[in-house]
Amino acid sequence: MSAAEKIIAPHRRTEPPFVRWLLIGIALAFMTLFLVVPLVSVFAEGLRQGLGFYFQTLRDPLTLSAIQLTLIAAGISVPLNCIFGVAAAWAIAKFDFRGKNILLTLIDLPFSISPVISGLIYVLVFGAQGWFGSWFSDHNFKIIFAVPGIVLATIFVTFPFVARELIPLMQAQGRSEEEAARVLGASGWQTFWRVTIPNIKWGLIYGVILCNARAMGEFGAVSVVSGHIQGRTNTIPLHVQILYESDNFAGAFAVASLLTFLALVTLVLKTWVEYKNDALRGTAFTPVPIGKK
Amino acid sequence: MATRRLGAKKLRVLPGFRLTLGFTLFYLGLIVLIPLSAVFIKTSTLTWAQFSHTVFSPQALAAYRLSFGASFFAALINAIFGLIVAWVLVRYNFFGKKLVDALVDLPFALPTAVAGITLATLYAPNGWIGHFFGSIDKSGNVHGLQISYTQLGIFIALTFIGLPFIVRTVQPVLEDFDPELEDAAASLGANRWQIFWRVIFPTLTPALLTGFALAFARALGEYGSVVFISSNIPMKTQIVPLLIMNELDGFQYAKATALAVVMLVISFLILLAVNVLQWWSNCYNTNNLA
Repeated sequence: MSAAEKIIAPHRRTEPPFVRWLLIGIALAFMTLFLVVPLVSVFAEGLRQGLGFYFQTLRDPLTLSAIQLTLIAAGISVPLNCIFGVAAAWAIAKFDFRGKNILLTLIDLPFSISPVISGLIYVLVFGAQGWFGSWFSDHNFKIIFAVPGIVLATIFVTFPFVARELIPLMQAQGRSEEEAARVLGASGWQTFWRVTIPNIKWGLIYGVILCNARAMGEFGAVSVVSGHIQGRTNTIPLHVQILYESDNFAGAFAVASLLTFLALVTLVLKTWVEYKNDALRGTAFTPVPIGKK
Repeated sequence: MATRRLGAKKLRVLPGFRLTLGFTLFYLGLIVLIPLSAVFIKTSTLTWAQFSHTVFSPQALAAYRLSFGASFFAALINAIFGLIVAWVLVRYNFFGKKLVDALVDLPFALPTAVAGITLATLYAPNGWIGHFFGSIDKSGNVHGLQISYTQLGIFIALTFIGLPFIVRTVQPVLEDFDPELEDAAASLGANRWQIFWRVIFPTLTPALLTGFALAFARALGEYGSVVFISSNIPMKTQIVPLLIMNELDGFQYAKATALAVVMLVISFLILLAVNVLQWWSNCYNTNNLA
């Protein structure tokens, strides 16, 4: 106990108990109303017509094809954005060059763009009347209202996730360890795999978890470029929409409960990684400009 | 230093600068910059009359008003309650605190479509929450206060998705706050209320404003959680992203693009404001706490 703590009366150091409990009560009531009740209701609505109907909806071929397409979109976009994130972080954190701040802002750009606009830009480039639309249609290759468009839109909306976790982490770590490895005779790749990767492991895992959650859950951007063709260009969130709009509420919530489960798993994994590496805490999702936190 | 001067020639100890920067710029250009430039190039082919006819149409003006109004009030509510949640999480101990802390990020982790159908159902006149405010009779007329399918519903959805921003921007600043400043104020005779308003709150202001700006920006662009709870009636319950989507569904690409340009410019201005706020916040910390 410091000298100050002995001298200053307790009522000046903290709030009176009734204010404390009032504030805790308000916070918990707000969180319950906005987070817990919706969370519980997803599962309650999904099971409204019984477990049989629930599993029947999940085993439906249209649901399965939506799951498959979501896995494809995430399976392509997450690794690509991972490679990009590592490359960008290596260039930015290990070297000095002009225009670095502009590059950081540009990497973060997809975060500040509405999902609808994120889809629209690909329609303008690859759509029937777009820049390359006629060229692709001449070669019988469809991008918009087809799977490639969904993949592209998913890559766009998840673009910054891995990079923005790795850049501050690698900047904080500096380059002395890599330089030491090089001076001791390690090759570039050896340095990267044996020094850099173990150092950034948790940041990378963290970025992948967040990137994957968004990739599997993206709705707006994918909705613009998908043709909403059931069984062909429907991802899980789009399938939820189709079920909901055809008044199959229990079915929509059953499929939605899959995504909710994914969200909960994401939160658990995220908390676990934060526990393993405290430096990552609070960096998730919040688009505070990179390196300015 | 990765570079060592030998005469005029620079030698880098670490390899891969050209490869990684080259790939970064190539990928950034391909995925983000070229497609994004399409919006501006497409709009530049419109005449001013065509452009202004779209972006200043009564329907568009009503959509801006609703988007800005609902986003502003949602961010404001989040600023108030987010500050309380952040305060409680940093300063007090209570059962289940870790769980509450982890749950704050739920609106980010939960796909927007799921949030959308859930909130629309909860706040419908026959929903768990909606039935406390209004009821629906056999002929489908709603009595009392209707939340889903009205502007109030849009506000609820935007509050939900903006919830984590303020908590997550204020929390670290509050954690780093030096308790000696409070002790100093207390020893000079300030009471708790004065200490909060005159010592703690000013330090939190930049973070609070940053969180507000981020929540506001996110709400302006939001689509998935709003589309289900809004009845999407032009002039009444249509926010800008819904209007853009409507134009796209009608293959009115020029109109959709013109509206997108307006929203992009606004987003960039908010991004700029957030950068300035961060810079301000950093100044604040070094002047006062370092």
